[in-house]
Amino acid sequence: MEERFDAIIVGAGPAGSIAAYCMAKEGLDVLLIERGTAPGAKNMTGGRLYGHSLDKIIPNFWKEAPVERRVTREMVTFLTGESAISLDVKSEKFNDSPSYTVLRADFDAWLADQAEEAGAMVASGVLVDELLMEDGKVVGVRSGEDEMYANVVIAADGVNSLLAQKAGLRGELLPKHVATGVKEVIELPRKVIEERFNLSGDTGAAQLFVGECTQGLQGGGFLYTNKESISLGLVITAEEFAHTEYRIADLMEEFKMHPSIQPLIKDGKVVEYSAHLVPEGGWNMMPPLLTDGLLIVGDAAGLVLNTGYMVRGMDFAIASGEAAAKAVINAKNKEDYTKQRLSLYKEELENSFVLQDLKTYENAPEFMENHRIFGHYPKLVEEMMINLFRVDGTPAQPLRKSMLATVKRQGGILQVAKDAWKGVRSL
Amino acid sequence: MKKLSIEERLGTNKFVVDDDVAHITLDKNICAKCENKPCVKACPAGLYIPHEDVVNFDYAGCLECGTCRVVCVLKGLKWDYPRGTLGVEFRYG
Repeated sequence: MEERFDAIIVGAGPAGSIAAYCMAKEGLDVLLIERGTAPGAKNMTGGRLYGHSLDKIIPNFWKEAPVERRVTREMVTFLTGESAISLDVKSEKFNDSPSYTVLRADFDAWLADQAEEAGAMVASGVLVDELLMEDGKVVGVRSGEDEMYANVVIAADGVNSLLAQKAGLRGELLPKHVATGVKEVIELPRKVIEERFNLSGDTGAAQLFVGECTQGLQGGGFLYTNKESISLGLVITAEEFAHTEYRIADLMEEFKMHPSIQPLIKDGKVVEYSAHLVPEGGWNMMPPLLTDGLLIVGDAAGLVLNTGYMVRGMDFAIASGEAAAKAVINAKNKEDYTKQRLSLYKEELENSFVLQDLKTYENAPEFMENHRIFGHYPKLVEEMMINLFRVDGTPAQPLRKSMLATVKRQGGILQVAKDAWKGVRSL
Repeated sequence: MKKLSIEERLGTNKFVVDDDVAHITLDKNICAKCENKPCVKACPAGLYIPHEDVVNFDYAGCLECGTCRVVCVLKGLKWDYPRGTLGVEFRYG
């Protein structure tokens, strides 16, 4: 008789490692498989981790885990060719439910270490080729010549989840449901970063950009401060590439050249260039989350939320890994691995913030398809703000008049009001 | 800070290229029928180079994001992960 694991988890990102950790802690026999030379080697993020879901599983994880900086400054910036108009919130109150900037090579390696220390077996450098099926049920995985069996397989193989596709849970990803993210990690001395962003100790800044950085294409820019580097990048909806002449690789460099970005990265050194797909379709792209013998978690299940001013994925991934572990532990206790029994996974997600938040923002992706947000409105805000602050000796206009004139020029009052109402309703 | 070419940027990364197996392969007959060639604009590593009515492609330098697989709506490419341990290796991520 072949060795049979309680569970095999494919992919050692946050969802996979946490699932392995939670099950191993309960004494289950689990195998965590990773195709990279080490966990983290294939993973990247913008990136920021909202800490709440991991803190619940590993209290005060941030004391041990290789997180970069605790975010105490949040900025959202409208960018035009010559201007940057920002909402800038610096507050100690963000510490009540902290978020952390992270770099995934180190962070994911640490998470997988926690799973290994809890008793999980970690196999790195192994690519899973196929799911093993018996009587319509998933019973294991195959890698090359090796077949490995388990009562349950958890697909934590990321946004491109070939396993979810092979199991028939998911079709091809649609260009409108995913966005391409590119990032440069730019090395700078710790002190320089703290001075430029008005930070101290291990506090950090997060900034999202809308407008010129994507040349009006659906998407945006991001900047996160790490301890000794800045993560700077762009995210653009994949559907846009069919109709544009811009290459994302070139837009990235144009973004770096913007007069409001240049001083922030001056004298920095690019030490890595990475890219990743982001599942942004939200609630409407979510596949069935399980079938007989298989659960899908994290990015593989499309558990990401982008509201424009906030991007979340890792906190969902971690909670989904925990929920999957609960379902497998329950199934083992009852010695029942049927789809019905495993559907506790879905119930757990439904009763948590994961599916509730995705449902709340169900219409956000559709709202974001409005190109005026990425082209017109940054210009509208720029014109209003320049008029507000400029003194040039010509007779001044009452504020209401100049503002109204701007709105009229940039699409009309009715259009702006309609878009604002849609935004309020979907966010 | 000045602009970097794609080659300069990819040069900062660690790659262990699989010399034997290409994890992405193109069907030139299908590429020839594709007008927009979204892969050219979408590939963060700029690996798809327009050439006459097809595209030239080299999988070395691939960041394994999967964008090409999604934007190739004519299904002219076959996409898989590189074999275990091979491909890009992020040191920061």
